Amino acid sequence: MSEAVIHNGHHDHHDHKPYGIGRWLFSTNHKDIGTMYLVFALIMFFVGGAMAMVIRAELFQPGLQFVNPLFFNSMTTIHALVMIFGAVMPAGVGLANWMIPMMIGSPDMALPRLNNMSFWILPFAFTLLLSTFFMPGGAPAGGWTMYPPLVLQLGDGFPFLIFAIHFLGISSILGAINIIATVFNMRAPGMTFMKLPLFVWTWIITAFLLIATMPVLAGSVTMLLTDKFFGTSFFSAAGGGDPVMFQHVFWFFGHPEVYILILPAFGIVSQIIPAFARKPLFGYESMVYATASIAFLSFFVWAHHMFTVGMPLTGELFFMYATMSIAVPTGVKIFNWVATMWKGSMTFETPMLFAVSFVVLFSIGGFTGLMMGITPVDFQYHDTYFIVAHFHYVLVPGAIFALMAGVYFWLPKWTGHMYDERLGKIHFWLSAIFVNMLFFPQHFLGLAGMPRRIPDYNVQFTEWNMVSSIGGFAFGLSQLILVWVVIKCVRGGQKATDQVWEGAHGLEWTLPSPPPFHSFTTPPQVTDATAHS
Amino acid sequence: MSESHSAYFIPEPSRWPIVGTLALFVSFIGGAIMLNGSGFGTFILGLGAGAIIYLFSGWFSDVICESIRGSYNRQVDTSFRWGMSWFIFSEVMFFAAFFGALFYARIYSVPWIGGEGAKLPTHEFLWPMFEAIWPLMTTPDATIEGGTTAYNQIKEVIPAWGVPAVNTLILLSSGVTVTLAHWSLKKNNRKGLCWWLFATVVLGFLFVTLQATEYAHAYHELGLKLSSGIYGSTFFMLTGFHGFHVTMGATMLTVILARSIKGHFTHENHFAFEAVAWYWHFVDVVWLGLFIFVYWL
Repeated sequence: MSEAVIHNGHHDHHDHKPYGIGRWLFSTNHKDIGTMYLVFALIMFFVGGAMAMVIRAELFQPGLQFVNPLFFNSMTTIHALVMIFGAVMPAGVGLANWMIPMMIGSPDMALPRLNNMSFWILPFAFTLLLSTFFMPGGAPAGGWTMYPPLVLQLGDGFPFLIFAIHFLGISSILGAINIIATVFNMRAPGMTFMKLPLFVWTWIITAFLLIATMPVLAGSVTMLLTDKFFGTSFFSAAGGGDPVMFQHVFWFFGHPEVYILILPAFGIVSQIIPAFARKPLFGYESMVYATASIAFLSFFVWAHHMFTVGMPLTGELFFMYATMSIAVPTGVKIFNWVATMWKGSMTFETPMLFAVSFVVLFSIGGFTGLMMGITPVDFQYHDTYFIVAHFHYVLVPGAIFALMAGVYFWLPKWTGHMYDERLGKIHFWLSAIFVNMLFFPQHFLGLAGMPRRIPDYNVQFTEWNMVSSIGGFAFGLSQLILVWVVIKCVRGGQKATDQVWEGAHGLEWTLPSPPPFHSFTTPPQVTDATAHS
Repeated sequence: MSESHSAYFIPEPSRWPIVGTLALFVSFIGGAIMLNGSGFGTFILGLGAGAIIYLFSGWFSDVICESIRGSYNRQVDTSFRWGMSWFIFSEVMFFAAFFGALFYARIYSVPWIGGEGAKLPTHEFLWPMFEAIWPLMTTPDATIEGGTTAYNQIKEVIPAWGVPAVNTLILLSSGVTVTLAHWSLKKNNRKGLCWWLFATVVLGFLFVTLQATEYAHAYHELGLKLSSGIYGSTFFMLTGFHGFHVTMGATMLTVILARSIKGHFTHENHFAFEAVAWYWHFVDVVWLGLFIFVYWL
């Protein structure tokens, strides 16, 4: 641990790195930790994706084909938990780890050891969660939302589920604290808040959402634990509690959580569109305020997830109007992205393709969200495939497309090599076509009344389910191209320049590609010329 | 790496994060196996808890050594301050979840089961004899004649103006004594620092002891238990998590006291002291919320 001793022999090494397994296990380097986050997220993306394939295979035809209903429900439950906590969130944190120190001109994150712990918790937390598949009673099958009393019927896996959630919460809180400390305290001289790249802004706001809501999730699952094992009656009316109370506490976390998933995606898209439109971001300040407004409002809309639960009418109305109001700042953002492209000299490299399709397809998800925000209409859509289509539109061609855009955008910076543009474009077009084939028919299925989380369905739903399943398998297979592109790019390729993209501006593009092990060893001076745009 | 970055401090690779992860992992596995009814789990949980203690002493002794060696600059100090403040905020939100449960039960679920508003049929059909009162002494399922109840019925609750009021005084005084200790430290008065800290630690553990006797009283004489319906659930979860935080805080204060006696901290460089003092004020404020909403109103 002694810096002095380690340093005596290493003065001549300009950029020495720790080596072996220890480099990763004990890392205090934001780039190494960022890489681990991204690799972990990619692995979990395929784990969660494999579960989605089981779901789509079972739903290819009516009747029970491949798995029993309990296992099917485990698949939907664990698919959600893996994708949310294992793929999208870690991918966002991985990008934050890699990019924030470089964007604000610091050598590393503010609290590097904490950073390491935030990452390493993840594989162990998922070991707890996924081990439940091999336990009496099986894996959680009551939906990722863990509603009581159903979730309390889970077998030996129950405490493992709860502790996995606690563990993941600890990781998120530590990570969020680190991001806040980094941005507030490690900015280079001259890097004022209103010069921060938008990706950094969206991440600060996301970090606040994490710190405010993860402890509430921890509290709600703790109450589940005590209801099951210690005789409390939080969620039992016989003892004066209420199962609906869990839904309130859970969604107080759950709704900000969806912005935790999407705000970093907004940030990525806000970096990429100006770069490829070769124009500064339109309405930078309004983007900051819109992001903050979305985050603020997200604390007052949670009960739109439970319109059909039997709330008092005033509650239904309040949450309906509050939900509608989020469309305003979101509209500002969509408008600004489009206005940034307006009369820009655009080119469509892979990151831009993903970013533009994000704007279009995320908006579709946003509109279906508005539809369900209308209380009386939601009574029709609730718990059908319409909601499944809605949140997959905002999460897959929404959050995940933005994350992929970010990976393609920054991959040359990380590796020092250009990725294979032709393969990238093939990956994009296959993904964009099949993601729509996968999820668009689910709107029709939902409107026609097909319920979610059921392994069997009425024969009238067969055709669109088949289309959706074929789209699903093709989309899943297309993602293997991403893996190939990344491996190829890490191993070699055309040398990337420091700036990489003609229209890219900001501190991260002033560093060499790949950047040195510690990004900025002395603070750079930030002027208007080196700021984001 | 500190000399290659004159302006920055980056810690060397450290084994503590992975040790911490493993310690928590082992504890969670042990806890889960224990809850599933195997005594073996308790043993594993014990191992995990031991590992957590090892982790804290090891990680913090590294940090203390670095601090004493002068590796930290003002920027690191500020990072620690941001870190601790937002950690405390996350703790506030953890308590908010349980306060939310308390308010929900008092404002909504209990009156609804008692027949208020649109939920009249629930009352009529399930528990027509149930009366919505707070504290909820008799759980709904116990109001059916000849039926069985899953919950302990309460004979009496703990009144606010007995021991809880004394405890309020104790915690508020401890907030004063820790501030006096801080003032002494800033004036380089080592003796004052140690004695006021000692007083804070004594008050802290006195609070925990009084809470423990109250718990024993509630369990043995009042029929007030964790399993006494929603009143017992909210009462013990809120005061229990608070008591746990006071115990942690008092333990941290004890460490700070030991370090003060050893001569650690200077009048301008003593963030560890301040962090623990912040934490102590936080448990103090949470207690005020508990005293008002759990005991008093």
